[in-house]
Amino acid sequence: MNRLSLKNLATRNETLVAVVIVAFCLLATFSDPLFLSVTTLTDLMRASVVIGILAVAAMMVLISGGIDVSFTAIAVFAMYSTTVLTLAVMPDMPWYFIFAISIGIGACLGAINGFFVVICRLPTLIVTLGTLSVFRGFLLTFIGSQRISALPPEMRGFSRMMIARGTTEAGSFYAIPWAVAALVIVVLLTLFILHKTMLGRSIFAIGGSLESARRIGINVRGAQFFVYCYVGALAGLAGIIHGAMGRMADPFSLVGLELSVIAAVVLGGARLIGGYGTLTGTLLGVSLIVLVENSLIVVGIPSTWQFVTIGLLILLGTGLPAWQAKRAAAKSA
Amino acid sequence: MVLRLLSKQGTSTPEFRLAIIAIVVFLAMAALSPDRFLSSQNIISMAFQFPEFAILALAMTITMMTGGIDLSVVGVANLTAVISALILVNFAGADATGAVALLWLFAALGVAVCVGALAGLFNGILVARLGLPPILATLGSGLVFTGIAVAMTGGSAVMGFPDVVAWIGNAQLLLVPVPLVIFVLLAAALHVILTKTSFGLKATMYGANPLAALFAAIDINKLLIRVYVISGVLSSVAGMVVMSRANSAKADYGSSYLLLAVLIAVLGGVNPYGGYGRVMGVVLAVLSMQFLSSGLNMLQVSNFARELIWGALLIFVMVVNTTDWSRFGKARSGH
Repeated sequence: MNRLSLKNLATRNETLVAVVIVAFCLLATFSDPLFLSVTTLTDLMRASVVIGILAVAAMMVLISGGIDVSFTAIAVFAMYSTTVLTLAVMPDMPWYFIFAISIGIGACLGAINGFFVVICRLPTLIVTLGTLSVFRGFLLTFIGSQRISALPPEMRGFSRMMIARGTTEAGSFYAIPWAVAALVIVVLLTLFILHKTMLGRSIFAIGGSLESARRIGINVRGAQFFVYCYVGALAGLAGIIHGAMGRMADPFSLVGLELSVIAAVVLGGARLIGGYGTLTGTLLGVSLIVLVENSLIVVGIPSTWQFVTIGLLILLGTGLPAWQAKRAAAKSA
Repeated sequence: MVLRLLSKQGTSTPEFRLAIIAIVVFLAMAALSPDRFLSSQNIISMAFQFPEFAILALAMTITMMTGGIDLSVVGVANLTAVISALILVNFAGADATGAVALLWLFAALGVAVCVGALAGLFNGILVARLGLPPILATLGSGLVFTGIAVAMTGGSAVMGFPDVVAWIGNAQLLLVPVPLVIFVLLAAALHVILTKTSFGLKATMYGANPLAALFAAIDINKLLIRVYVISGVLSSVAGMVVMSRANSAKADYGSSYLLLAVLIAVLGGVNPYGGYGRVMGVVLAVLSMQFLSSGLNMLQVSNFARELIWGALLIFVMVVNTTDWSRFGKARSGH
């Protein structure tokens, strides 16, 4: 039993990704002793907030057996239209109202995806490819295509709110913004939904086998619809945080990030066929992608090789388990 | 084909609906701006524009027929374009003329097709031998191919070709644009491969029911590898057309073509779960998109609104098509 679980641990994606991350950090520290510092850590934390929230959202869809590529468009749509709305109606709105509006807009757009997937029963990839261009096209055509740098004061205020800030002994500045807390809350909430509620069990069951889930009496449509709304809401949150932290509402940002986010989730072991995915794995996958995107140069790989590195990581991270599964199937046959 | 479309059974096929959509779009655009949309200048410019993404859509079609997808088509196209551009610039140079330039052009084209085939082989091995889901295999390999192109060029455009290179993308053969000729030849070839060869039949069978195909003693590994090699070769041809039309090669050209290629294939009635697809449908879908795109361009609609309309069209056509796909109501909705 013990050997079995050890072997299980060794072949899991989480372990593989963790080993790669540790190796990466060791190499980076070796070539630049300053790499392992509070400053680097907080910088990476800041960089992973938005992609982390989006990754949790993408993981949820993958677990339910679907795939969503429209969440970046939802995020930028919610962020930009919330900013425009706030500036037009009530520029002094408190930041939590602004966040709530953005989350609400995101959830509504997610519901549109949910409608086509659940009611019209279209394939999720096709629906979300379509809504990706519809949302973005609508945003840029009807709402605006200008960058707004004069954000509502409360949004700028949010980006200055820090959990901790200070100067290290080496004299470099570091700060942990409250946005990091948003990622923690999202992770805890998702953990709760997935593992402590019937809804979460239904989502896993649907991803495992839709037909079986239906036959044991799970409300498949309700659970699927919830997943798309929840993803939309998380995207809305990620979007407004992106805008606030970047201190600019840029309608051209975020879109294009979706494949990196899905890559992070898949690296963390979530399976495209559904029914399997862990938050630990997803967060590890996000850390690895953020590390590669920000610190590749430190381990001596020129940043022009960034795409190749991420691509190879995806192939390795998904190829190894797939190959093992295929070999196991061949053995048992 | 036309006769089949007009027969009673034919009226319920996606191709028939598409033919109607294409005609309606054409007539609507012609009615909205008759003197400009119907001008020979516009018709010719449309014929120059669509082949590059239409060829990518053909590559997408054959992989979708087997229930897969090829997200690396744009990566392959750009990688092959960058490699042949480097060959042309470094060995022939901008001043090369006559036989020397022609020789290097053929060498570059040959290398491009070989690189495309190798890239396809790589995808095929990932999907068939290692058992990766096609979405992930080609997502990862697409990044690798783009990444290699970025690393080779440092991210900047490669330019300075001999003049003959422009011929592929910009010349006319008896008034017909060369890219269109290339597309028609490739589409006809793919149609024959899919409908008249045992390979095409096996690919369709595998897409319709992989397990049944396995029990019918089809060599699935070989089949899938060939499918992805064909997809890679088609992508490389698209890369050559893009290179010639842009008169340069860059690692991140045409990133929006990926969405467009998937969109056209699905719009063309190709079943993304595999088992059904007609080249005719893809051609009609390409024409509808191009009519729509050019027409909107003349009506001075912004690029962003075009994106909106494309996405809406994709979902609309899918909703219309699913009413006939009753068997997918039972199938899992995710993929």
